[in-house]
Amino acid sequence: MEMDRTVVAEERPTIIDTVTGAIRENYLNANYGLKSWFLTVDHKRIAILYLISITLFFFLGGSFAVMIRLELITPQGDLVQAETYNKLFTMHGIVMVFFFLIPSIPAVLGNFLVPIMIGARDMAFPRLNLASWYIYVVGGLFTLGAMIAGGIDTGWTFYTPYSTSFSNTYVIATGLGIFVVGFSSILTGLNFIVTIHKMRAPGLTWFRLPLFIWSNYATSIIMVLGTPVIAVTILLVALERGLHIGIFDPALGGDPILFQHLFWFYSHPAVYIMILPAMGVISELVACFSRRRVFGYKFVAFASLGIAVIGFLVWGHHMFVSGQSSYAGMIFSFLSFIVAIPSAIKVFNWTATMYKGSISYDTPMLYVMGFIGLFTIGGLTGLFLACLGVDIHVHDTYFIVAHFHYIMVGGTIMAYLGGIHFWWPKITGRMYPEGWGKFSALLIFVGFNLTFFPQFLLGYLGMPRRYYAYPQEFQVLNVMSSAGASVLGVGYLLPLVYFLWSLRYGRIAGSNPWKATGLEWQTSSPPPTENFLATPVVTEEPYQYSPEETEAEYAMTKKENVNV
Amino acid sequence: MIEHSEPHIVPKKTYYIVFATLMILLFVTVAMAFVPLGPFNIYVAMAIAITKAVLVVLYFMHVRYSNRLIWVAAGAGFVWLVILLAFTLADYSSRGWIKVPGK
Amino acid sequence: MSETHSSLVAHQFDDGVQQKQATTLGMWVFLITEIMFFGGLILAYTVYRIKYPEEFHHASKHLDYVMGTVNTCILLCSSLTMAFAVHAAQEGKRKLTMIFIVVTMVLGAAFLGVKGWEYYTKYTDHLIPGPNYDLNHLWEGAGLLPKTQLFFSLYFAMTGLHAFHMLIGLGLMTWLFVKTKRGRFSKEYFNPVEVCGLYWHFVDIVWIFLFPLLYLVDRSH
Ligand SMILES: [Cu+2]
Repeated sequence: MEMDRTVVAEERPTIIDTVTGAIRENYLNANYGLKSWFLTVDHKRIAILYLISITLFFFLGGSFAVMIRLELITPQGDLVQAETYNKLFTMHGIVMVFFFLIPSIPAVLGNFLVPIMIGARDMAFPRLNLASWYIYVVGGLFTLGAMIAGGIDTGWTFYTPYSTSFSNTYVIATGLGIFVVGFSSILTGLNFIVTIHKMRAPGLTWFRLPLFIWSNYATSIIMVLGTPVIAVTILLVALERGLHIGIFDPALGGDPILFQHLFWFYSHPAVYIMILPAMGVISELVACFSRRRVFGYKFVAFASLGIAVIGFLVWGHHMFVSGQSSYAGMIFSFLSFIVAIPSAIKVFNWTATMYKGSISYDTPMLYVMGFIGLFTIGGLTGLFLACLGVDIHVHDTYFIVAHFHYIMVGGTIMAYLGGIHFWWPKITGRMYPEGWGKFSALLIFVGFNLTFFPQFLLGYLGMPRRYYAYPQEFQVLNVMSSAGASVLGVGYLLPLVYFLWSLRYGRIAGSNPWKATGLEWQTSSPPPTENFLATPVVTEEPYQYSPEETEAEYAMTKKENVNV
Repeated sequence: MIEHSEPHIVPKKTYYIVFATLMILLFVTVAMAFVPLGPFNIYVAMAIAITKAVLVVLYFMHVRYSNRLIWVAAGAGFVWLVILLAFTLADYSSRGWIKVPGK
Repeated sequence: MSETHSSLVAHQFDDGVQQKQATTLGMWVFLITEIMFFGGLILAYTVYRIKYPEEFHHASKHLDYVMGTVNTCILLCSSLTMAFAVHAAQEGKRKLTMIFIVVTMVLGAAFLGVKGWEYYTKYTDHLIPGPNYDLNHLWEGAGLLPKTQLFFSLYFAMTGLHAFHMLIGLGLMTWLFVKTKRGRFSKEYFNPVEVCGLYWHFVDIVWIFLFPLLYLVDRSH
């Protein structure tokens, strides 16, 4: 993307604090003190607040996973009791889904990048943006409180009538935490939609938008249309549990399957809330590290919208064995196959982008390639599950556990980490250590596959999910899985360490270390509070990379970097 | 459906006409509830309710004078509600179609 | 950044037009979420009405349709006065805007009053779902239709949620009134009035659907 060359970052004046003499030129040092962070309306600072809070939840959810994998090393239930185990997988799911995966890319990278990528000074509603973070924190603390008080054992799916009539755990409190955090997601989606519609820089037409914007726009549609349904569903569960109103209680005429309809109306599209922004990240990265324009830009853009819309029509594939009508099952099965098409379009276009590109294997690109492979496996096994007959065989086994971890961990977390590495120099102004980056990307890829591939086999052999003990013959594969999880754990801890290290010791990045296109690379690193010194004017389509031209230039800068 | 930079001021007369229509429709819907229509009662009631809602949306909420984006936004909510209802009812309405052996 | 930046335009916007379009769109997107929020309840209602037509038919007759009609009238009037408040704000008439906001609030409060009275009669009639629920003393046929409680569960969930939205609406109106009184709005800048109006009309529309669904389930026999 071309922009008015008079506003390039290097020419900006230096603002010097009259009192301390410090240089105050970017959003990080514009002002200091806790108050300046907790009352900020700067989307970039709010992104940092989100980054810190979701990282905490990620490691909390991860620690539950550690306990689960430790328990499953031996066939007998020995480390924890059955009830504790039920709570562990429930809280692992709740924390990871609602407090990490759903906000991960939109609330951190989206918050930071959407206004910059469209050349705006901030979101359309900066105070609402801050409010959404506070709502997230309140919801999080509520859920944490419920977990400390005793936890919840219903599974993250809260299926009735167990959750409403039988569970003796903190269902209402946890549910209210999720109810609250839903509003943070709604407000983020609302803000993105209005921002992308109304705040674009002059010349930035829809087909000049980076694909990251398209995918976040599609995500926002799901957030806005889906989240309220889960909110009201949780409300009904709480009412049913607290007041026995009968809505989900067969004894009073209610139907528990209605709960599943309401729950999955949101929770299937929620998978796309997790994966669509990840796809946006991949589109940005694959273009930059292949030095080529994204192949089939419009197809990728419309595939995002297609996924958002069709994703709302497939929820019944979670209910094939629930007592749902077989005819409805057939419709949902068919539509689930259809929704694979736009996802496949994206995968083909990314690989086509790499074809004949001049690919460099920096850390973000390693994550991209990891993503493409793992997402493909996750997506294709999804087709197994969308098939009525096969689903009956593998329903509620480790096959499904492996499948959705390939999408959510192999897909979303890979892209999230790839994106964090890619934009880290923009966010902090400093580079992460490339060697460690590559090493941990490799660890994560190996660890991930070692953890979850055996679970496909376990599931196909018939090991059900959510049990703390299992027959002897499943032990080898379970031990492999737990071993993989420990490798994966190290892979996740390493970036935490070296990112923190880089804040102080990382090499100064400069405004565009990857020689990437996109408005975010045309302002300084870290960007000033209002993102640009003057509103940029966009005159070109995105991803104006050319492999031939940039290869030489890019190789040169890399050599310089090595020398430094 | 042009982009309005100047606010479009709807004449008060329009509001009175819309309001009168809404009131008439209200009394029609109450009266129709007492007419024995059997299963069609709900369709009549919903047709009247949708008409009333459309009037409020178009005139009181100024959608008639708004740009296309607002039309799309207002329509999207309705369409998604229909998705939720239609697909769930597809399940409920076809539940008994296949006989389960022994049942 | 823009030279035409006035104090009425927040820093992230270029001008008042952009700001107005953004806030209006924002409110519409919010209203979409509200449609889906009520949508979950409407789905539950539809499923159970199809499943238990007789129960719904008989239970519904124990709601007071006169009260319901009166309340619908009140809400429709309040929508008219809200539209007038926006109209007055558009023309920059501060006093008139304030008057219409107050009238709208009074009508909203009246609606909640009637609603509260209805809830009270449901309480004395033992029609609130729970251990004290009992339709038998009002209607001898109730013993044959044991699932009537479901109707009242939905009635309270739907009207309760609607009443909660009315309360929020009254809060917004209070805020608008204070802002108007302080002279924050003018012919050039009245968007908050307009946007709160959208919310008010939306809550009205929800009631337009709840009224026939709950009060008018075939009263012909
Ligand atoms: Cu699904």
